[in-house]
Amino acid sequence: MTRDGTAAPLIQARGLRKTYPAKVRGGEGFQAVAGIDFHVDRGEAFGFLGPNGAGKSSTMRMLGCVSPPTGGDLRILGMDPRRDGRRIRARLGVVPQDDVLDPDLSVRENLLMYGIYFGLPRRVVRERAGRLLDFAQLEDKAEEKLGSLSGGMRRRLTIARSLINEPDILLLDEPTTGLDPQARHVLWDRLFRLKQQGVTLLLTTHYMDEAEQLCDRLVVMDKGLIADEGSPQELIQRHSTREVLELRFPIEEHEQAAGKLSALVRADVGERVEVLPDRVLVYTPDGEATLAVVTAAQMVPVTALVRRSTLEDVFLRLAGRSLTD
Amino acid sequence: MAVTPASPATFPAPPVSPAPSAAPPMFLREFAARMLRYRRTWRGTVVLSVANPLLFLLAIGAGLGRLVDPASLNGIDYLEFFAPGMLAAAAMQNAFVESSFAVYSSLRRDRAYLVAAATPLEPRDILAGHLLFIAFRVASSALAFAVVMVAFGAVRSPWVVLTVPAALLTGMAFAAPLAAWTVTVGEFGRLNTVFRFVMMPMYLFAGTFFDLATLPEWLRPVAYVLPLWHGVDLCRTLSLGTATLGTSLVHVGYLVVLTAAGVVAALFTYRRHIHL
Repeated sequence: MTRDGTAAPLIQARGLRKTYPAKVRGGEGFQAVAGIDFHVDRGEAFGFLGPNGAGKSSTMRMLGCVSPPTGGDLRILGMDPRRDGRRIRARLGVVPQDDVLDPDLSVRENLLMYGIYFGLPRRVVRERAGRLLDFAQLEDKAEEKLGSLSGGMRRRLTIARSLINEPDILLLDEPTTGLDPQARHVLWDRLFRLKQQGVTLLLTTHYMDEAEQLCDRLVVMDKGLIADEGSPQELIQRHSTREVLELRFPIEEHEQAAGKLSALVRADVGERVEVLPDRVLVYTPDGEATLAVVTAAQMVPVTALVRRSTLEDVFLRLAGRSLTD
Repeated sequence: MAVTPASPATFPAPPVSPAPSAAPPMFLREFAARMLRYRRTWRGTVVLSVANPLLFLLAIGAGLGRLVDPASLNGIDYLEFFAPGMLAAAAMQNAFVESSFAVYSSLRRDRAYLVAAATPLEPRDILAGHLLFIAFRVASSALAFAVVMVAFGAVRSPWVVLTVPAALLTGMAFAAPLAAWTVTVGEFGRLNTVFRFVMMPMYLFAGTFFDLATLPEWLRPVAYVLPLWHGVDLCRTLSLGTATLGTSLVHVGYLVVLTAAGVVAALFTYRRHIHL
């Protein structure tokens, strides 16, 4: 709360831009973030969803105060990153995209070393390192070198390390990229616990299931801009139907079938058709009923699948292409 | 694990950061982190930074040097002549390894710089802490080498105690400019190029192994410009007891200017390349 009693957002960005200088003299710079507005409140889990190159990581680096914005206004914890980088970073936890851990040190020593950077007394770091190893489920590995750790363990250690200064805000850049499904679920569980303890989470991802699992609110980014903002449910309601009927036809009939389907759908109840290279998506409030209509029209798909709408459908609608492009 | 949920009262942050007076300065944190890592890795570095120069000292100074008639060096034993030159050259080589390969790795391989940059440290703190660590490495290796020189009886003057700071200064005159440049380098191979075409020729032709007076007259001015020659001559004259104040000040001045120029350049390049 500010002095006048109104809740100020923890993070506030207005017209935030980032242009990297040209690689060659006289060349054109690269605009990674083209003017975005968002705010994050205390205790929220806030996501940046978008394909590679959307500007998510650049935004994250600006939030981490290691990349000065080239335009617009950014306030973090009420401070200006251009001026108060040190003080902001003292209250941030950063989990970079790659695990940048020290292979020569043991698991515990990696935590101790990070504590040095925050100027924490030895005794405090030792005590916190013990608790964090417990939290990251790495007590058994504490004295081992990094080489014996799996990808999921390394990621959990990176997260444990980022918590050594008991941060107000945790920045996670693609936290589960490259992990197997089980390791992802373990990680989501840990992140969920942190959120319950009041840590504000900011994460980037190109996985819609991750965004749906973790984020209270998210922005969909594409080409350096924000396409829309809201909770996963809000975004799905705004941009998609309740269900999706996915149909696959033999390759030679694909186009013809797509045309026929477009004539069949009832736009008055929000139905529409999205033609992908390998399949046709029919957005509909009731997938089974639509499938019945399709079958009645003598169309024979190779496969037919009814599923709920996801953020992938939102992105497809907003950007006209799939997230994994 | 209990991450203390920050109470609303702690936001916004108090206007003056109440940094506890006990917290060490930022650049010392980078130094301390590097020392923690060094405690696990020092064994591997001793071979290159201490054992190698000592082998040179034995093979060339005590072995090959017997073939050199002291009369050709104004009555000086070749070992006495060569050892302080080797001290300076080894300082250059240690500085090179620590400020090229290690700096490159800190930005692009193990990425220790980026880890530190996510904490309250600014690029200039990271630079200062790393240079301090390089200074520690160069000085400790030089000290070990100097002790062996004394044990071999390869010194003539008590001024030899000043060869350790002289070697340190020689090392830093290379370390600072090299770190400034390396942090901008994207391709590892370019470091090897510098090693082969800058460091090695200097190692061989800056007077480490022979008196520059034996060079043809037209080539001597080239050798006198080489930074390593100033380090070699400074260490050698101190060890032999022939140092004069004027010449020594010229050597020190030259090396200090190089170091300072390197630090100024590095302040700029470190900011550019760590805070993208």
